[in-house]
Amino acid sequence: MTELNSVLEVVEVHKEYPTTPPVRALRGVSFSVARGELVSVVGPSGSGKSTLLHLMGTLDRPTSGEVVVSGYRVSEMSDRDLSFLRAHHIGFVFQQFHLLNGMTALDNVADGLLYTGRPLSERRELAEIELLHVGMGHRLNQQATKLSGGERQRVATARAMVGNPSIILADEPTGNLDTKNSDAIVELIEELNEAGATIVVITHNREIAESFPRAVGLRDGYIEYDSAWQGVA
Amino acid sequence: MTSTLERSQLHVTDIARTATVGMRTRRLRTVLSALGVMIGIAAMVGVLGLSESSKSELLAQLERLGTNLLTVEAGGGIGAGTGALPDEAAIMIGRIGPVESTSTISSVDANVYRSDLVDEGQTAGITVQAVDYTLLDSLAGTVADGKWLDTATGAYPTVVLGSVAAERLGIDEVTGTQQVWLGDRWFTVVGVLDTFELAPDLDRAAMVSLDAADTYLDHDNVPTRVLVRVAPEQIDQVTAVLAATANPEFPEEVEVARPTDALEAQEAADDTLTALFLGLGAVALLVGGVGIANVMVISVLERRGEIGLRRALGATRRNIAGQFLGEALLLATIGGIGGVLLGVGATALYSSIEGWAILVPAIAVFGGLGAALLIGGVAGLYPAIRASRLSPTEALHTT
Repeated sequence: MTELNSVLEVVEVHKEYPTTPPVRALRGVSFSVARGELVSVVGPSGSGKSTLLHLMGTLDRPTSGEVVVSGYRVSEMSDRDLSFLRAHHIGFVFQQFHLLNGMTALDNVADGLLYTGRPLSERRELAEIELLHVGMGHRLNQQATKLSGGERQRVATARAMVGNPSIILADEPTGNLDTKNSDAIVELIEELNEAGATIVVITHNREIAESFPRAVGLRDGYIEYDSAWQGVA
Repeated sequence: MTSTLERSQLHVTDIARTATVGMRTRRLRTVLSALGVMIGIAAMVGVLGLSESSKSELLAQLERLGTNLLTVEAGGGIGAGTGALPDEAAIMIGRIGPVESTSTISSVDANVYRSDLVDEGQTAGITVQAVDYTLLDSLAGTVADGKWLDTATGAYPTVVLGSVAAERLGIDEVTGTQQVWLGDRWFTVVGVLDTFELAPDLDRAAMVSLDAADTYLDHDNVPTRVLVRVAPEQIDQVTAVLAATANPEFPEEVEVARPTDALEAQEAADDTLTALFLGLGAVALLVGGVGIANVMVISVLERRGEIGLRRALGATRRNIAGQFLGEALLLATIGGIGGVLLGVGATALYSSIEGWAILVPAIAVFGGLGAALLIGGVAGLYPAIRASRLSPTEALHTT
């Protein structure tokens, strides 16, 4: 593993939910993502994809094992510091877009920088540039509610990108889109990666997963395969 | 690769902006929940403003009338006396040092009618009083039409009517030629008075001069009431000796009163009402606060997705709590400002209709705003803490 270059490391991670009976969502998962990589994590529902995304995104903590983001060890950090870590180092794209209604596309993207402490004018400036990047320059001042599904996901992607985070985590980004819009978002993700962004895409769609340079297959809480292994082997 | 983690603070303006997100998307709900607080604050400000304005009116009234008037009256005759004051009561009272002036009223046993054709029983409840020329000044009374009695007119059969008496006798303006049938002879009406604030019973009286009563009605002019103006700082001392001075033989039969006490008693009753309405306002405010708490709790449930998103974007728990607490405070502030304006408006409207000075105490304005903020803070605290404790993963899983 190229430690120096890795943006994200997941080391022997277990996650157990204390329900009755307890659910063991992840049972010893290890892998790392290097700077500039585009990785898909693919698996059927119940395979532990979402749990893995939450752990990688520091939204939750593993029962055991370690997650390291940009060199910060999650197990050693307070809830407050994890918030700062997310604000500055991690971008999220969600299946449900999670845009704020009643706000324009521009302000939704600008809110991607809200918790970095930058002033509003600067946030809006950067948001405009990012919206131009994702091809939404003509819809800057459109209310979020007036955007189509494909447009919403573009805005959401711009919001994830705007802080220039170390890593972008996309959770089923095409899950709520038709084929045409889905293809367009996949294309956008590839373009962003080519421009230097490190991206992990969680999906249950094998076709999409295998179109990416690297795919990590997840099943029942284990890593079933990782296309990087072949390269190592 | 490990560098120091940047711990960024949210700007105050950004906290305020996030606090308005909920309101911008749910305007009707915002208005309705602010309305609850607004009604409460308006009630409290209005009640305080109105009571202050009416109090200032009373003070102005007392100022105008003077609080240094005492009345000395013959009591009901429980004791052995005659039920009248001695002839020389007014003179005796006038000799008390701090007494500034006295004025005698003597009830005349006669009735007054519109004309000599009116049946004797139909007195219309009007009394006839023989009075000093100083009476009008003593009672701070004013003439509505015509003029008050003086030594020139008082020597003749002339009469001045109280406001109610004039109305009942059908005299609304003084022409100088109207006559009334008083004690079996005609008296010319020379004046009609405005309402007396200090002696409402004289509104129903026909007043003749002591001279005229003596000359034309064969009246003995024994005083039934003496009005006494006293140096204000010595009222208590004078009150203490008035009875014994007026009627040394039967001082227990003399009633000494201070007419302005009645006005002050009325104000004390108003104070009790004010307290009651303030209590009602406080209840309304409390209900408004519960309304805000309710709306905020619902809002937190509805906006789990937003809370999850914000946590993912890097909001700390404190940021989330601040957003919802800020929203509650803002709702309450809108309600508070609206309530203060409404309360001041109501006070101004009612006071100007009543002709009072418009007075809204500063404590009502700032206290009202403070109370609104307090209610908002208390109402918003629990929902805010709840929002901040929400796990980001759970919050994100709701759409």
